[in-house]
Amino acid sequence: MGMTMSQKILAAHAGLQSVKAGQLIEASLDMVLGNDITSPVAVKEFEKAGCPRICCPEKVSMVMDHFTPNKDIKAAEQVKTVRNFAAKYGVENFFDVGRMGIEHALLPEQGLVGAGDLVIGADSHTCTYGALGAFSTGVGSTDMAAGMMSDRCWFKVPAAIRFVLKNKPAKYICGKDVILHIIGMIGVDGALYKSMEFTGDGVQYLSIDDRFTICNMAIEAGAKNGIFPVDEVTRAYLNGRFGREIRAYEADPDAEYERTIEVDMSALSPTVAFPHLPENTKTPEAWGEVKIDQAVIGSCTNGHISDLRIAAEVLKGRHVAPGVRCIVIPATNTIWKQAMHEGLFDIFIDAGAVVSTPTCGPCLGGHMGILAAGERAVATTNRNFVGRMGHVDSEVYLASPYVAAASAVAGRLATPDEIE
Amino acid sequence: MTVRGTVFRYKSDVDTDVIIPARYLNTTSEAELASHCMEDIDRDFVKKVQKGDIIVAEDNFGCGSSREHAPIAIKASGISLVIANSFARIFYRNAINIGLPILECPEAVQNIKAGDVVSCDLAKGEIVNQTTGQKFQAEPFPAFIQNIIDKGGLIASLKAAEKQEDAHA
Repeated sequence: MGMTMSQKILAAHAGLQSVKAGQLIEASLDMVLGNDITSPVAVKEFEKAGCPRICCPEKVSMVMDHFTPNKDIKAAEQVKTVRNFAAKYGVENFFDVGRMGIEHALLPEQGLVGAGDLVIGADSHTCTYGALGAFSTGVGSTDMAAGMMSDRCWFKVPAAIRFVLKNKPAKYICGKDVILHIIGMIGVDGALYKSMEFTGDGVQYLSIDDRFTICNMAIEAGAKNGIFPVDEVTRAYLNGRFGREIRAYEADPDAEYERTIEVDMSALSPTVAFPHLPENTKTPEAWGEVKIDQAVIGSCTNGHISDLRIAAEVLKGRHVAPGVRCIVIPATNTIWKQAMHEGLFDIFIDAGAVVSTPTCGPCLGGHMGILAAGERAVATTNRNFVGRMGHVDSEVYLASPYVAAASAVAGRLATPDEIE
Repeated sequence: MTVRGTVFRYKSDVDTDVIIPARYLNTTSEAELASHCMEDIDRDFVKKVQKGDIIVAEDNFGCGSSREHAPIAIKASGISLVIANSFARIFYRNAINIGLPILECPEAVQNIKAGDVVSCDLAKGEIVNQTTGQKFQAEPFPAFIQNIIDKGGLIASLKAAEKQEDAHA
């Protein structure tokens, strides 16, 4: 029996010729990641274990992004704990204000993860790096601590679902619509414990940023990982930034997939996930009149340069509706600078939006845009759970940067067509 | 080990944001996390929960974020066991790693109500609804996972293994 892309990466890192779904393996890791929320717990566990050193400090990354720049004293204390730990144990990939960015945009940008890698991260959206052809999955803080102690981790080899992406995406359709459409179809546990492998002739039309968005939200379908094949788009992105050898794995022709689902990207409509689950998706004809108080354009899902360009394309020459707060958050310092040089900030500010320092911020109800009771936000983020962006009686609508920006202008959920 | 307690009942897709909202993630204090456990889904939980109590939920329990604070908050609140039809995978792994017992048992989920008193022999996976007398069999963990739970979590089990290696060296 052949192997999937994900299974081939796991086999290679376990030193095995082949693996099959359900098998328990121990594999060596290329990168272990933590953030300012999960690292402090990992540090506690690591120190509890009395381990004298980190096995491979160069394989550890710690990104202070959720509550940074530190939002309160407790957050500052947590970051201080991690900062001291990184200095003590020689973790050079420690990213704080000035160097930082949202972890899942930052690690690829810095060339710290790439094709063929096996990555664990104490953050559920670690699955993002599958966009580069890596096997990458979220774990908890204890697994992060163990990964620092040994640079190894145990895995149950996942079964897989194959998504055949067909045709060129329709106008105003981007990676966000593709993944929301898929989650709406299979549900928030539709890929539980499994790999989501994306293939098909449509892959060539997806930018690396679109692929990041799609793999980022694999976890919202319960998946262990999401992964794209390595092609020219991947190589163009990795060249010059990824220091290790590119290892491209293709699924065997007889690889076993539990299901194969075809998605015609030319037939998709702008898709929004209504409260309070990412599977609660609707297309424009079913939106009705949903007035909004805030629009958030950013996050590890959609804070890339192409997302900001889309938002600018919609906001150019227009103005945010009265009473709506529009918050734009470039995901990293590099993206921030690029957006500034491209003149996007002028467009945002002239439109009545604000531009924030890179941070996860409002996505998880941390800071920089918390909602009051009864308020609604349209957001390019990844979760719309109860209380996710603030008050337990607030609401989050997940959307693409096209829809988020158009909604900011309209003051209600809207497509770019509606504001022309 | 046998656990016994009164049941708190929840539906499907209980996410880690309602188990422990992110606004409280600026601490690693177990007691502080426990004081906000389930706050956004069940305001009465922290007032009512007693040591040994059991959570029973439907599908995909613990979906969402990887925050280990979620199983930590549940364990520190006094909960001795979570039974569900299925668990989100990161939560599943985290619960094992910190030594919070969890079992998948759809039959038990179907036949246990809020307020029932339930006991469970964790090593055997035998669940008894003491209120109705019904018994259910969950798949117990394989030995290497049971060892992690017995030792009180992954780090403690690694330490124990290290000591054994040192003794043999």
